[in-house]
Amino acid sequence: MTWDWSAVGDFMPHFWDGLLVTLQALVLGSLISFALGLVWALLMRTPTRWVRWPVGVVTEFIRNTPLLVQLFFLFYVLPEWDITFSAMTTGVVAIGLHYSTYTMQVYRAGIEGVPAGQWEAATALNLPMTRTWTAVILPQAIRRVVPALGNYVISMLKDTPMLMAITVLDMLGEARLFAQQNFQFTEPLTVIGVAFIVISYPASLLMRALERRLVR
Amino acid sequence: MTSGLWELVLKGIWVTVQLLVLSSLLAAAVSFVVGIARVHRLWIVRFLAGFYTEVFRGTSALIMIFWVFFVLPPAFGWQLVPMWAGTLALGLTYGAYGSEIVRGALNSVDPAQVEGGIALSFSPWQRLRLILLPQAVPEMIPPFSNLLIELLKGTALVSVMGMGDLAFSGNLVRLALQESAEIYTYILLIYFVIAFLLTRLMRGLEKRLKAGIGEVPEKSVSQQELGRPETTGVGGGVV
Repeated sequence: MTWDWSAVGDFMPHFWDGLLVTLQALVLGSLISFALGLVWALLMRTPTRWVRWPVGVVTEFIRNTPLLVQLFFLFYVLPEWDITFSAMTTGVVAIGLHYSTYTMQVYRAGIEGVPAGQWEAATALNLPMTRTWTAVILPQAIRRVVPALGNYVISMLKDTPMLMAITVLDMLGEARLFAQQNFQFTEPLTVIGVAFIVISYPASLLMRALERRLVR
Repeated sequence: MTSGLWELVLKGIWVTVQLLVLSSLLAAAVSFVVGIARVHRLWIVRFLAGFYTEVFRGTSALIMIFWVFFVLPPAFGWQLVPMWAGTLALGLTYGAYGSEIVRGALNSVDPAQVEGGIALSFSPWQRLRLILLPQAVPEMIPPFSNLLIELLKGTALVSVMGMGDLAFSGNLVRLALQESAEIYTYILLIYFVIAFLLTRLMRGLEKRLKAGIGEVPEKSVSQQELGRPETTGVGGGVV
């Protein structure tokens, strides 16, 4: 095995560019998935099955099909319908949408975990529906699900390299470009592989610590 | 779509299924070996197994695939057939996730069971084989089922390397027809059907295994979702 430190040095500027893009995609994707997941979770609690059914089927479908193909779908099909986004926007939307179907289950678990007495107390105090949700149920539910959501942010991080397939220059995209231009595959690929571990391992430790503090 | 293009899609399905079967077998083997090693008596074994898990879980499956395709050949002087390279990358990555499932299930067996085994002077291997695993394996099935779906979704990644799986055949058809809505809808539907069949299969398996130890499968997955602190996580409810 040959390891060339100068190649690592040459790659580093590209690496930081890629890291920035990856983190941008991650932050925006997380925000979309948190918001959309909550919407799905609330829709799944509406009394009429005409809402629950379609939402259930659609989210189940998105959850059980590969993100990569969904990326291709959005990237190639939307322009055919005259909706054009940049590759980055498409990627962020796809990741956010895909993971919203996971966060939805997390929210659902959190909401179901709120003791029935809280609901009864809200009813007894004659709180209106919106107030019950915003002041009683959601604050307790979300507090419990923060670590689980954090875990999904970490898995989202590990799915961002897929954006490379739709021409976004994230960490893997930069590494591949550099590798093809210089015929040095080992160094850039190893650097980003290590970078992912260096980011995701402490993050997972943090989530475990949060878990101990927030969920009792 | 012409029949020639459908043939392409069928070939893609076949490659995806092959890859799924091979890499899930490898992942299962890795999960059990590493997962059992994580509850070993010797700290060095536990440490090495934990190190393996954190490394392979910490990095991205796609990067692993790139690594196996591009770094391994020049580094060690041998080249893998794409199918085996894909199997290796996916099996090792998802095996690391699976090992957490195995470890969690082994730890969830009542310690009194093991103590009973010690009292009856079972050897460690007998305790594992006759006491721990029969009770732990049924517990593993629901999270393994989720992981299997994640693995199915992961197989699409090899298309980036130009392997002719289902996702790749979708790209070929798109290039041939210059039209993408139809083919990608079909591809997504096919993945969904495979995932659905896998879920059914695993549910049947769970029922049989749980019947073997006198239990019935639980309905609710909501509590499972919250009780997953140990994983950096792919997929829903990987405990």
